[in-house]
Amino acid sequence: MKTRREKIAGGVANFVDERTGAAKWVKKNLQKVFPDHWSFMLGEIALYSFIILLLSGTFLTFWFVPSQEELIYNGSYTPLNGVKMSAAYESTLHISFDVRGGLLMRQVHHWAALLFLAAMVAHLMRVFFTGAFRKPREINWILGVALLTLGIVEGFLGYSLPDDLLSGTGIRIAEAIIQAIPVIGTYLAFFAFGGEFPGELFIPRIYTVHVLLIPGIILALITVHLMLVWYQKHTQYPGPGRTEKNVVGYPLLPVYMAKAGGFFFIVFGVTVLLGAFAQINPIWIFGPYTPTQISAGSQPDWYMGWLDGLVRMSPPLETHAFGYTISWNILIPGLIVPGIIFTGMALYPFIEAWATGDKREHHLLDRPRNAPTRTAIGAMSLTFMVVSLINGGNDLIATHFHLSINQIMWGTRISIVLLPPLAYVITKRVCLALQRYDRELVLHGRETGRLVMLPHGEYIEVHEPISPEKAYLLTQHEQQEPLALPGADENGVLPRSAGIKGKIRSRLSKGLLGEQIAKPTPEDVKALEGGHH
Amino acid sequence: MSNQIEPLQDPGLPHHVHRKADTDPQAEKRAERQVSILFLLSAAGTFLFIYSFIWIPTDVFVFLPLLGNTNAHQLGIGTGLGLALFFIGAGAVHWAKTLMPDEEVIAHRHEMRSSDEDRASFVETVKAEAGKVQLGRRSLIKRTLGLALGLVGLSPLLMLRDLGPLPKQALLTTTWDKGVRIVTDPGNRPLKPEDLEVGAIAHVLPEIEHPEHRKLSDIAKDAAILIRVRPSELKLSEERMSWTHEGIIAFSKICSHMGCPVALYEQTTKHLLCPCHQSTFDVPTGAKVIFGPAARPLPQLAISVDEQGYLIAAAPFNEAVGPSFWERNS
Repeated sequence: MKTRREKIAGGVANFVDERTGAAKWVKKNLQKVFPDHWSFMLGEIALYSFIILLLSGTFLTFWFVPSQEELIYNGSYTPLNGVKMSAAYESTLHISFDVRGGLLMRQVHHWAALLFLAAMVAHLMRVFFTGAFRKPREINWILGVALLTLGIVEGFLGYSLPDDLLSGTGIRIAEAIIQAIPVIGTYLAFFAFGGEFPGELFIPRIYTVHVLLIPGIILALITVHLMLVWYQKHTQYPGPGRTEKNVVGYPLLPVYMAKAGGFFFIVFGVTVLLGAFAQINPIWIFGPYTPTQISAGSQPDWYMGWLDGLVRMSPPLETHAFGYTISWNILIPGLIVPGIIFTGMALYPFIEAWATGDKREHHLLDRPRNAPTRTAIGAMSLTFMVVSLINGGNDLIATHFHLSINQIMWGTRISIVLLPPLAYVITKRVCLALQRYDRELVLHGRETGRLVMLPHGEYIEVHEPISPEKAYLLTQHEQQEPLALPGADENGVLPRSAGIKGKIRSRLSKGLLGEQIAKPTPEDVKALEGGHH
Repeated sequence: MSNQIEPLQDPGLPHHVHRKADTDPQAEKRAERQVSILFLLSAAGTFLFIYSFIWIPTDVFVFLPLLGNTNAHQLGIGTGLGLALFFIGAGAVHWAKTLMPDEEVIAHRHEMRSSDEDRASFVETVKAEAGKVQLGRRSLIKRTLGLALGLVGLSPLLMLRDLGPLPKQALLTTTWDKGVRIVTDPGNRPLKPEDLEVGAIAHVLPEIEHPEHRKLSDIAKDAAILIRVRPSELKLSEERMSWTHEGIIAFSKICSHMGCPVALYEQTTKHLLCPCHQSTFDVPTGAKVIFGPAARPLPQLAISVDEQGYLIAAAPFNEAVGPSFWERNS
């Protein structure tokens, strides 16, 4: 006997299935397995904060007026009464002071944007350091790089919309970067701004880009990104029972759904609490934009800070020749270096696959120590970014810690050259030391701290063997040999692959795979078990 | 290629350990209660939100340690909504962790690559279809289609042409011209040399007929600063010296690096500092760059006084102001 509820559910299911044939697909996919690990939540945070951005952003559009038309303020924030400002800035004041919940939503929107970018960067680091980008997931890696780039642009445009003093200053700097592009820069700037800076067209234009164009592209890319994750199945960390051929985790329904859905609400809740308690971007303090005013300590949002830091530390280089000017002091830090970083990032999976000659699929993640060179490259890049970011706040550091701005600038100028290679070397050494430690653990067990005196007076520390699960985890990885440069054949002719390209490849291969601490083999273990205490 | 070392034997997935709530009915009841309490807390959050939204006036401020004076309305609705959302999530996660089945399951993977038969039949199908439309033979059609597709992309590009005017001379000119009076910004008051004491700085603009209609794009090029030092402190060429008046020297206020206003003047060192990227300009030597990323001195404006004794521009800027651009010739 069916209950009433079962009948209704059955009716709905029947309706849908007869029209879509969904039952087969749903049945298969409700059992879809998702591996569980805290680091897999980083991408989720990015996804959820994007949803929060869509929701809070839609709310803000109900009142925001994307116009640079000038008017005199006469509203409830009395300190600015009688001040000339744009309609965009005035409507932002209106949202902040006259719309109930408006300020909260503005702050939620801004916090969610910072979180979106932070989560994307953290997710990227997780994927990079564990080698999750390897075949077959290179496409998803590139989509990720595109999403990060779009996220940065989208964030900057959003920061620019309220037309307060800080945002206008940011736009001015963006305009200077466009203008610095050789040959076409001036034209691009005039087309973007509808004439001279600032004009009256820029904010209405970037508004469309900010609320429609880029979010649309981001949404489309996220969809493909997630479909690929679904289709290719998630990677998993190595461990007992986990292989390249299986995926171990919780089924989509109910556990994963409940955890992921719950986590969305947790992220949303925390973002709203941040919006309630932590003031962010108080535009009424900055005042409306005018090209002649500026406040000390002007800062971009954190995800632009590294760029600003690079621009600040740039040497004063400009070329004047044949009546034309090339501003290296803007082009190098503003376009060339970021271009190299993002292109290199997008191509990294292919470079690594080429250098290792590895064309197999990888679903088991690497422990970062087992890929020392990759980990070192990651640490080097991060160090570069962090030094740039620090210089982006050099004025605040100077005032807070009573330091000279010139010293900080010289410190970061030198650090940006010295510290990244240093980070590379140290990270690689640490990885190899950890490999050595793993080897020790497998072969000699764990130090217990217990000292025992043997009958003949010798003191030894008791080592306890580690569990078979742990021993397996520490030895499951594969240690690949670097590609050798192909030698001459019997006629003394070198194959094509031994040319310059081949030499570069074998050098890269040696760099990536050359230094490894040999992991213990079953024979090693047996040999020790034979004659060991 | 890969090395042949066998890994230690895989002991297999660890044995599943039951949670307390799986075996102990009391623990199960307790977990159920905890989940419900979390959901109830969320409901309480929503009530706090509704109460704050309707009954807390928007102009009441409360003092909170660390945060200072905070708007009570904003705090009430934010806390209410935040907790309401957070506890739904906390409840769902706790539910999943304590009561939902927690046995890990194993699914199998399959290689992404299609089977050889599928690939072969795919290639065959494509070849057969291509054969049917005789793509190989219709080279005229192929070439003209290529031409058409290549050209059609130009139209949308061309349609963007009216996004803005061509730059022409716009970046090279400002409102400053010979005889234009220098007025304060803000205020639009004309200045006499005696209004500026030694060590003083004034932010100025060119006088125009309707200052209330001054365009931002003009301000972005016209903004200038006057600084008064002792004439003996100026280390300038004879020509540049003639552009000053009784120790008053005028520069463009728009940074030659990226266009921020160079607004910070340090009286003791006579340095001008741009707060955006810390380019530092030395006033006595004609705003030469002594630190930071700027590559050019700030353009100097030639000034003098008119017959009523007011400061005026003696000539337009002799170079483009603001950040560099390709066509800039100096």
